Amino acid sequence: MEISGGFSGKSRFRALKQAGMFSVLRLAALINILALLIVCGFLLYNGLPAITWEFLTDSPRNSMTAGGIWPCIVGTVYLALGALAVAFPLGVASAVYLNEYAGGSRLSRYVRLGVNNLAGVPSIVFGLFGMSFFVITCNLGISLLAGILTLAVLSLPVIISTAEEALRQVPVNLREASFALGATQSQTIVGVVLPAAFPGMLTGAILGLARAAGETAVIMFTAVVFFSPQPVDSLLRPVMALPYHMYVLATSGTDIDKTMPLQYGTALVLLVLVMGMNLGAIILRDRLQRKRGGI
Amino acid sequence: MFKAIAAFLLGIMVTAPAYAASQEIMINGSTTVLPVMQKVGEAFMNANPGSSLAISGGGSGNGIKALSEGLCQVAMSSRDIKDSERAEAEARGVNPYRIAIAMDALVPVVHPDNPVKEISVEQLRDIYSGKITNWQELGGEDAKIVVISRDSSSGTFETWEEIIMKKTKVSPTALMQASNGAVVQAVSKNKKAIGYIGFGYLNNSLKQINVNGIVAGAETALDGTWPIARELYLFTNGEPQGELKKLVDFVLDPKKGQKYVLDIGYIPLKD
Amino acid sequence: MPIANKERLIHLGLAVIAFSSLLFLGLITFFLFMEGLPVFQYVSIKEFFTGSNWYPTSNPPEFQIFPLIVGSVAVTLVASVIAIPLGVLTAAWMTEVAPAALRRILKPVIELLAALPSVVVGFFGMIVVAPVLQDVFDADIGLNLFNAGLMLAFMSVPTICSISEDALFGVPKSLREASLALGATRWETTAKVVIPAAFSGIGTACMLGMSRSIGETMVVLMVAGGAGIIPEWIFDPVRPMPAAIAAEIAEASFRGEHYHALFAVGMVLFLFTLAFNCVAQAVSMKKA
Repeated sequence: MEISGGFSGKSRFRALKQAGMFSVLRLAALINILALLIVCGFLLYNGLPAITWEFLTDSPRNSMTAGGIWPCIVGTVYLALGALAVAFPLGVASAVYLNEYAGGSRLSRYVRLGVNNLAGVPSIVFGLFGMSFFVITCNLGISLLAGILTLAVLSLPVIISTAEEALRQVPVNLREASFALGATQSQTIVGVVLPAAFPGMLTGAILGLARAAGETAVIMFTAVVFFSPQPVDSLLRPVMALPYHMYVLATSGTDIDKTMPLQYGTALVLLVLVMGMNLGAIILRDRLQRKRGGI
Repeated sequence: MFKAIAAFLLGIMVTAPAYAASQEIMINGSTTVLPVMQKVGEAFMNANPGSSLAISGGGSGNGIKALSEGLCQVAMSSRDIKDSERAEAEARGVNPYRIAIAMDALVPVVHPDNPVKEISVEQLRDIYSGKITNWQELGGEDAKIVVISRDSSSGTFETWEEIIMKKTKVSPTALMQASNGAVVQAVSKNKKAIGYIGFGYLNNSLKQINVNGIVAGAETALDGTWPIARELYLFTNGEPQGELKKLVDFVLDPKKGQKYVLDIGYIPLKD
Repeated sequence: MPIANKERLIHLGLAVIAFSSLLFLGLITFFLFMEGLPVFQYVSIKEFFTGSNWYPTSNPPEFQIFPLIVGSVAVTLVASVIAIPLGVLTAAWMTEVAPAALRRILKPVIELLAALPSVVVGFFGMIVVAPVLQDVFDADIGLNLFNAGLMLAFMSVPTICSISEDALFGVPKSLREASLALGATRWETTAKVVIPAAFSGIGTACMLGMSRSIGETMVVLMVAGGAGIIPEWIFDPVRPMPAAIAAEIAEASFRGEHYHALFAVGMVLFLFTLAFNCVAQAVSMKKA
């Protein structure tokens, strides 16, 4: 493929130009890698010393200058898992409808338009919606449940589009074989299509989970409080959550210098949690693709 | 799958009302009062193992709003309730009851390297309205003044507006920070900045400025000579009863809550 | 017969669920407008959009959001100027130049970059970037338009890059081969054949990246500085729409003037992102 220049000056110029431009492209790619490395490295370097067993398992103490972030971890896990528990069934059912039933009908076009636009709604608008609908209109108050439901709406598009992708990957002849054996469409979907598509859907579920866990603006007015050290025992109680805790530590508190190690520590835990989930999803998807390639 | 959804929703519906009865005191409001209530709250929960508190700090207006909407039982505020807020609360059947818990002084602060030490109320007003824009005019170096203010919806801002600004408006070029901590952060990192914070937020990354020749401190705030002092309040729905009364008594106890008020850096009330 | 009925029931049930996304989008729109439109009882439409005094808690309050809109547009522009070249060039490197092994490393890196929680990016901007801007560039304050734009670029590069990459990857091999066969270098092929062929996909990518920047909240709340002014240069602080909403909504009394005003800001923001998304969809349709 390589066009190595002829002898004329012009072609040498062209080859030089290509080399120059390609290094610009390489530089651009390098900047991305550097950016990720710098942020992660910075947080690892500053955050690791703060990570102790106590930090992970204790409540904040002494006006947040000591103790740990256990209630925030618990809150974030509840919020994200709860959102997934609501959004995953809804998302998968939507995807099944879009891919298995609706085909290219006009209805499905509207639904897809809805999904696409829902994906583009800014998180702060989800927050406003959650506040006026779930918190006030549905009278849930600032609570775990209101946060879960708002986050569920937020992560719905991710789950739908990955689930649809997974369904599309299921070979048509699998379905045909099932029909040929006399199964109805719903039996085929439950017995054949969903199991085949499940690992792919799982990728979407993890991505949705990670999105919900890292989100701040949505839960700010729907689910979180500044300080509530008790374990969460009810869906109608507000919780502490890692991203909001991070925000609070970084912008308020009487003694920001004293909470600095805790800020780094919290940022690192949040980063590891969210990035870990994403990495998991990426590895899972990679495996699937390789398996499919192998068949 | 439908069964799963149905079970989940049913679960929510069945368990929700049962849990709603679990008693927890929700405290919401001013970020100025927040550190006091957090510290006192921690001690209160240690002293009363059965009790549980949840504290959020959205701002004074937010706390009073939450009280009148029934979203919290205690509102923290760094200013008195407004007539409009009282009317709104009463329209919802809530009767805000005011409890003063501490004194606070607002203190203008600059970066420790800034040579300026003294300022007058009039000069402060001119800085914040954008009339004075260079430190030279105040005897400092030749540098632009970076004006840092609290968010226009905070109680701290409203106190500042009332005492310092009178009828003039804070210039829109002022940087609006969402909390006392953010102001500390911004001023301590910027040699050209001026900001104002609650007394409790002073630390050695900042330098406090004297106003009209008076040094901000517990005495000057209590005897009324410090020009920018205010009381900090809790509001409850009617006179506090039961668990709430226990909490409020704890806060006002000179050996318990008031001691923490001093620890945090605010000024305890004279009994 | 009962089986057919059951099938029909399932079909219907799934259709209803599938409509939930549309329903939520509708509900979001409805609530935004229901809570936002009443602000025009207090302020005229023209004043609301073109006036430059945002004093929501003064007495009487003033709700004029022009500086907030300008703030949002400005941070988005700065972010785009950084993120679009970076994203598109990276995508071009991945599809046109990089060996397969390197591409396999870079792809997950980009995806992980997309996954950075916004509050962590904001924290990084506050702690690391702001002091640098103050000390090295002598900015009055490190929390400003440029800082916010830089951090937003960070967050929109992955979107721009991965969608552009799909578009570039989709350009038929035969096109490239034809260009090379005519004696063009690989760079000339990339610049004059592949990128133009993928233009609509790249356009979609840029639109979606911009939509992400304008709607991002935590970053602008933490690093944009928060002054409600029309910026005169790149180191001025700004108060973009999402930051104003996030900072003030907790304080606004329920269904008061300020509350309605903030929902109206949310409405404007929503329309902005909707417009970006619609343009993106229109551009991507054109390809087909």
